[in-house]
Amino acid sequence: MDGWVCPLPLRDHPNVILGHGGGGKLSSELVEHIFLPAFRNDALQNLGDSAVVHIGGQRLAMSTDSFVVRPLFFPGGSIGELAINGTVNDLAMSGATPLYLSVGFIVEEGLPIATLGTIVERMAAAARAAGVDLVTGDTKVVDKGHGDGLYVNTTGIGLIPPGVNIAPQNARPGDVVIVSGSLGDHGMAVMSVREGLEFETQIVSDSAPLNGLVAALLNVTPHIHVLRDPTRGGAASSLNEIAKASGAGIVLEERAIPVKPAVRAACELLGMDPLYVANEGKLIAMVPREYADAVLEAMRAHVFGAEATIIGQVVESHRGVVVAKTGIGGTRVVDMQIGEQLPRIC
Amino acid sequence: MKYLEEFRDPELARRLLDDIHGIAKGQWVLMEVCGGQTHSLIRNGIDTLLPDAIELIHGPGCPVCVTPLEVIDKALRIAAQPNVTFCSFGDMLRVPGSGEDLFTVRSGGGDVRIVYSPLDAVKIARDNPAREVVFFGIGFETTAPANAMAVVQAKRLGLKNFSMLVSHVLVPPALDAIMSSPHTRVNGFLAAGHVCSVMGYWQYEPLAQRFRVPIVVTGFEPLDLLQGIRMAVRQLEEGRYEVENAYARAVTREGNVPAQKLLSEVFEVTPRKWRGIGEIPNSGWGLSSAYREFDAAIRFDVTDINTVEPAICRSGDVLQGLIKPNECPAFGKECTPRKPLGATMVSSEGACAAYYQYGRFVSLESIG
Repeated sequence: MDGWVCPLPLRDHPNVILGHGGGGKLSSELVEHIFLPAFRNDALQNLGDSAVVHIGGQRLAMSTDSFVVRPLFFPGGSIGELAINGTVNDLAMSGATPLYLSVGFIVEEGLPIATLGTIVERMAAAARAAGVDLVTGDTKVVDKGHGDGLYVNTTGIGLIPPGVNIAPQNARPGDVVIVSGSLGDHGMAVMSVREGLEFETQIVSDSAPLNGLVAALLNVTPHIHVLRDPTRGGAASSLNEIAKASGAGIVLEERAIPVKPAVRAACELLGMDPLYVANEGKLIAMVPREYADAVLEAMRAHVFGAEATIIGQVVESHRGVVVAKTGIGGTRVVDMQIGEQLPRIC
Repeated sequence: MKYLEEFRDPELARRLLDDIHGIAKGQWVLMEVCGGQTHSLIRNGIDTLLPDAIELIHGPGCPVCVTPLEVIDKALRIAAQPNVTFCSFGDMLRVPGSGEDLFTVRSGGGDVRIVYSPLDAVKIARDNPAREVVFFGIGFETTAPANAMAVVQAKRLGLKNFSMLVSHVLVPPALDAIMSSPHTRVNGFLAAGHVCSVMGYWQYEPLAQRFRVPIVVTGFEPLDLLQGIRMAVRQLEEGRYEVENAYARAVTREGNVPAQKLLSEVFEVTPRKWRGIGEIPNSGWGLSSAYREFDAAIRFDVTDINTVEPAICRSGDVLQGLIKPNECPAFGKECTPRKPLGATMVSSEGACAAYYQYGRFVSLESIG
């Protein structure tokens, strides 16, 4: 690495800070300024949830994700289900049928074998539920104090059916923006256990495999323009990425955005906006208006899309910008978060 | 969401807005004192719905914004020490001092933790007797009671490893300073409801009379804000200047008397520097002599730090309502939330950050 110079130095922070992993602007900057210039190639360039590569006349989707959630178990799931569903969902968001996964475990010395066993069993169950096989793996053990018990990486591949072309660049004015259910459940579920916050109603993670739901959508029409699972950085970051990639404007109807009362209350308490909170079992779809009713019907017929609803539309104006019509009839810009959302002082 | 949705009802909001449009005849400049109000006004797009004749300007009420640079620098120096666990509310971690911020200290190995209550910091101190645990005690009269309670608790528990870096600021002296400025444009105030829920609003009455300025105690939900604006505009149109309470569900004239007692036991009034404004007499609280042993600035010997603001930043003018954030030449150029020059761009509640976050890229008229 001697003589290596960062092509566009990140001037504000000489070291990586937590916000670089928060899914907001700082994360994008790492990708754009550090990773893309070094690794540049056509498949990477699209910056989708998964890469699309051509092998032997087939279109394959490939995706990788690492899971560093703390605590390892939380209401509604564990790091195990997340590691399976996360990669399955990233593949599904390009319209692929997920097939095979690899798994890498980085285990901290001292983790009870029983804990590892439970997590692995839950991964196996999640893989069965998603219809994928774990076909290869790796294990490393690191010194005590050098990990939060367990980190898991999963990589997956899947096949994209002919005629399907789903990418963030494809949003078009006239598309409707559909969300498959309530936002913010996962992020607030993890935060409530991590920080010992207690709410009247327990908030449960929405971790779920979305490949079945995507298959149901594609059954209605192959003309789905964009799919995205709004994980880190929440729906606001995903929508901003889509607006930026497609050059289209997006208008949201704030009152239409589904958020569970307990999640809304927790967000109010901490001064957070549910639009920026992570989800692990929801998708955002951008669909030509003529297919909207049929797509909604198909989503609502599926267990993971029962509360699907239209939350906005893609427009010609304010290109590259996401705007919300507020509950009382005003307007505001929904920008991308800088780093992580931070609880407010008062 | 009982007691919340009721204050976001679009039909009632429409009626209040119609009322305000009907009442407003003159040109009026209202200052919302609190950053939380600024945030809510812009987040709900209320600024896009008011008559042009009513101008809202943003006051000095963002605790993160007004914490002076030198206090941040003190925090950074303390937090970087190897035996220290430095606890803070989350949004203070992103505030840059002269050089870096607390996130940077953390990435360099400092034990900097986000807590949700100062009592969490006391618990960390109790559980880790070998470490010095410091809580960053900033904010207005709203956060002060819990901070005072944490110090009292630490004393009761006999903790020798807990201390607080205290930089509390008080609202009434700031309003006095704003109205005393020959350049002030403020015709009326929306006073911060949560400050008044602790302190009451009796302290505002002499200010309203002396400066002939209406002051309306206002909450944070859209209907609260619209109600406060309507009451302030009505007073202005009728030539009255009184303190009125538009937040009666949370605020009384006397405020929370037990909390006030606790505050006067733990804190004493001091002169205080405000970031972007400068020193205002009697505008802060520091630890009283009875609790001075818990003063982190003394314990860690950082009382010598003195820092100067960047010259090009006009956040002081923004905080005093003299200019709007986008009228600052550095706004959105040298100064962004990612690389804030001044106080008001730092916190998500700062007026400049709120402008940047919710409206910088498009003229709101073009959204329709």
